[in-house]
Amino acid sequence: MDPQIAQLVDISQSQVAMQARAEMVLERARWASQVFQRYDRQKTMAIADAVAQAAHAKAAEYGEWAVRETGFGVAAHKTLKNELSSVPLVDYYRDWNFVDPRTDERTGVIEIPKPAGVIFALVPSTNPIATLYFKVLSALMTRNAIVISPHPAALQCCVDAARTLSEAATAAGAPEGIIQFLEEISLPLVDEFMKSEKTDVILATGGTPMVRAAYSSSNPALGVGPGNAPVFVDATADLKAAAGHIIDSKSFDNSILCTNESVLITLDDVASTLERELTRAGAHVCKPEQADALRSYLFHERGFNVEALGRDATWIAEQAGFKVSRNTKILVAPIDMIGVGEMLSHEKLCPVLGYFVANSVNQALMQARALLRLSGAGHSAAIHSNDTQTITDYAAMVEVYRVVVNAPCSQGAAGFATNLAPTFTIGTGFFGRSSVGENVGPQHLINWTRIAWHKDGGPIDSATMGQLKHPGPLPKAPADGVPGQSRPVSMTPPASGPHSTPSHDDLREQIRLIIAEELRDVLKD
Amino acid sequence: MSQAKLDFLETSKTYWNPHKTEFWQDAGIDLVIDKREGYCFHDMDGKRLIDVHLNGGTYNLGHRNPELVEVLNAGAKRFDMGNHHFPALARTALAEALAECTPDGLQYTIYGAGGAEAIELAIKSARNATQKRKIVSIIKAYHGHSGLAVKTGDERFSKTFLSEDTLNEFVQVPFNDPEAMEEALKGRDVAAVIMETIPATYGFPMPHEGYLPAVKSLCEKYDALYIADEVQTGLMRTGELWAITKYGVTPDIMVVGKGITGGMYPISCCVVNERAGAWLKQDGFAHMSTAGGAELGCVVALKVLEITQRPEVASMVRYIGDFARAGLDDIQALYPDFFIGIRQNGVILGLEFNHPEGAKLVMRRIYENGVWAIFSTLDPSVLQFKLGILMTQSLTEDLLRRMETSIGQARQDMLEMRGRKVS
Repeated sequence: MDPQIAQLVDISQSQVAMQARAEMVLERARWASQVFQRYDRQKTMAIADAVAQAAHAKAAEYGEWAVRETGFGVAAHKTLKNELSSVPLVDYYRDWNFVDPRTDERTGVIEIPKPAGVIFALVPSTNPIATLYFKVLSALMTRNAIVISPHPAALQCCVDAARTLSEAATAAGAPEGIIQFLEEISLPLVDEFMKSEKTDVILATGGTPMVRAAYSSSNPALGVGPGNAPVFVDATADLKAAAGHIIDSKSFDNSILCTNESVLITLDDVASTLERELTRAGAHVCKPEQADALRSYLFHERGFNVEALGRDATWIAEQAGFKVSRNTKILVAPIDMIGVGEMLSHEKLCPVLGYFVANSVNQALMQARALLRLSGAGHSAAIHSNDTQTITDYAAMVEVYRVVVNAPCSQGAAGFATNLAPTFTIGTGFFGRSSVGENVGPQHLINWTRIAWHKDGGPIDSATMGQLKHPGPLPKAPADGVPGQSRPVSMTPPASGPHSTPSHDDLREQIRLIIAEELRDVLKD
Repeated sequence: MSQAKLDFLETSKTYWNPHKTEFWQDAGIDLVIDKREGYCFHDMDGKRLIDVHLNGGTYNLGHRNPELVEVLNAGAKRFDMGNHHFPALARTALAEALAECTPDGLQYTIYGAGGAEAIELAIKSARNATQKRKIVSIIKAYHGHSGLAVKTGDERFSKTFLSEDTLNEFVQVPFNDPEAMEEALKGRDVAAVIMETIPATYGFPMPHEGYLPAVKSLCEKYDALYIADEVQTGLMRTGELWAITKYGVTPDIMVVGKGITGGMYPISCCVVNERAGAWLKQDGFAHMSTAGGAELGCVVALKVLEITQRPEVASMVRYIGDFARAGLDDIQALYPDFFIGIRQNGVILGLEFNHPEGAKLVMRRIYENGVWAIFSTLDPSVLQFKLGILMTQSLTEDLLRRMETSIGQARQDMLEMRGRKVS
């Protein structure tokens, strides 16, 4: 917080003040990042581990806090996501090396990692803490500084979490200010951060307007697009298992993850069995008039009714005007078409699943493509099938960059029930107007300097390469005359490390005289 | 040099200050400052210089700091200098803010238009409070050029104007010498000791550990007030808001100037405790100053205090200080026979060179290499090296690179000079 000094003339809301605010925070981050880049891998990972443990310890507290503050999702599920985004995240990347040089064995080109520098990270209200953990730890593993910009609806829990992580980082020896966060949010302020030349890359997770603003900022941005995942269940699928996974996924944190299934597409011949399995596993399959009621409740003229975001199934049914059993986990709404004209084929960040029955595999694939044409291109899709050709055809046809097979899509596409990289930033690639098509991770926060000799020189043996220097933290400058903080002038200061020359001005004067004497002698000769 | 600049320099000699204009031309510093922004300014012929002179901390927050420009412009829509006879919104708001952030017990702010006027106020207040006349300062001290202030300093500035002390009311003692200080105080006839916390114009010799607290307790012992001149050392330049508190001293009077208005609209402040401010209750009309505490200046100063105390700033000062020191240590290791010492507290640095006029040699070379820093008038072997508290990483790195080149060149200059002398 800024010091409370009464200002008779208030300029705090001016563009000048916003820009100055952004520049001060970003420049401090620059200093921190420049020092962090002096750290070796061991020290870097020790800091990441310490912060991950601090994050893990508070996963439940922040999970509950996030639900309380935003009204979205399920505390237990948020806790799980928070946990997965702390210690296991760092473990997942433990064998990667973002600090030391590597050799491209094929070409002999040696590559040195260079951190981005200063990351400006947007954190959404839907998955606030998990996203914050993920971004902070990704930044730390790659020796970057990060500035967190929380969504206003999740401000308090994010500020507290960012402070916890920041304190843990400093305690573990990270440069001060390596993690900073905005405590007051306004669009003009966020805009100043995004467009500042002092920002090296924006990690944009959030609503489409914010992500597009990040891409329009003139700075490099790693952004996501909206999801709208189709899930196709074909005739070869284990229907019981498929129903279980779909319900696990749609009810997980009440579908607040953008990787959740939006529309279920299946085939005539297995539809009734699948509906039965869904019902058995906790779904309510809606009658046509209930689907109509959901449609008009969930979608307003301006789009999705945010009131329903991350709410549970029984609450939504009640708001829409019908009652379902108290144990209902998701609402399945049959629809007759997919695409423009059917609002229920838009993204739904709540446990409501569109349901379309196709009469052939080919038609099902075309419907899945249609769903993604409407929105969610580049994001995620799921399939439940035991026919590898169908799986391949589906994956080849749908315009997304991750297809989850026989697993819950919410968790699976984000890397938590599959072998994909765990992330809370889903790159939506060229289909989804993004610069990256994979699950974003720490590897995207560095570039590599490639050392290339003349072709005729042949590849260089990496063992003969020089050592990358990691001098570590900057030595603390003295405050001369302040007890405990003085450092005498030493004639041959060490390049780094503590200085322990005796503190005598006499000595200093003597050395000065000796050198002056020597100099005179040299000149006389 | 462009014809336009040559013409301008002639005009400057005709109408402004012939000797000073010529002095700099002779010294090889053909500088006429034109555009300025952040920690850089441009000569009227276009050359860019990194400013590590900062006019003694005036440009602590950079030249034309955008927030200060904004608040000055916005302030001008409501305020002007104000009327010094009446209670005034901006003067009182700044006084309250200063009482909040200055050392314990400092309560009232008396305003001047510049640093010297605030020194006058400090000395007059101390004399009134103690009913004594003597003022003790440091040999080679510098507190400004007005009637009383100039008497506290080196005669270099008073004799010219026949304004040196002739009544033995101003005593000077060596810095870092508590015995000499006690000798000067023990007659109990001293109103106040006035000291820059780190004497700037003398090249920032650093107080020895315990020296300033010792002076303060001597003041208490012999009933003199302690005036801390924080004009060049205050406002976060040591990483704490005031250098004097970092050294563990609570003064009776503190003088603040220069950086308090960021070079945008000058005012100065003399902040006093109850005892030193006694006259404010007896006869508030005893001192007047039309421009003192001009309200527009107060508006700017409030913003300066707010910016300076943001938590990011102290952090930046640590980074700048540590980074600059590491770089200077490396340079010193390259030229240990010439660059012989570094005095430092925060971003206040004095660079010592092994030649009586070493800092002048360096000043000339760094000027050629795009850096402006000034030698210490009262000890030209020391270069005052005053980094801004918001310096960016890249500019600091650029600065150090230029320093390395320049110091190497200046060392060569010294060797050549000595070689000539010997032969």
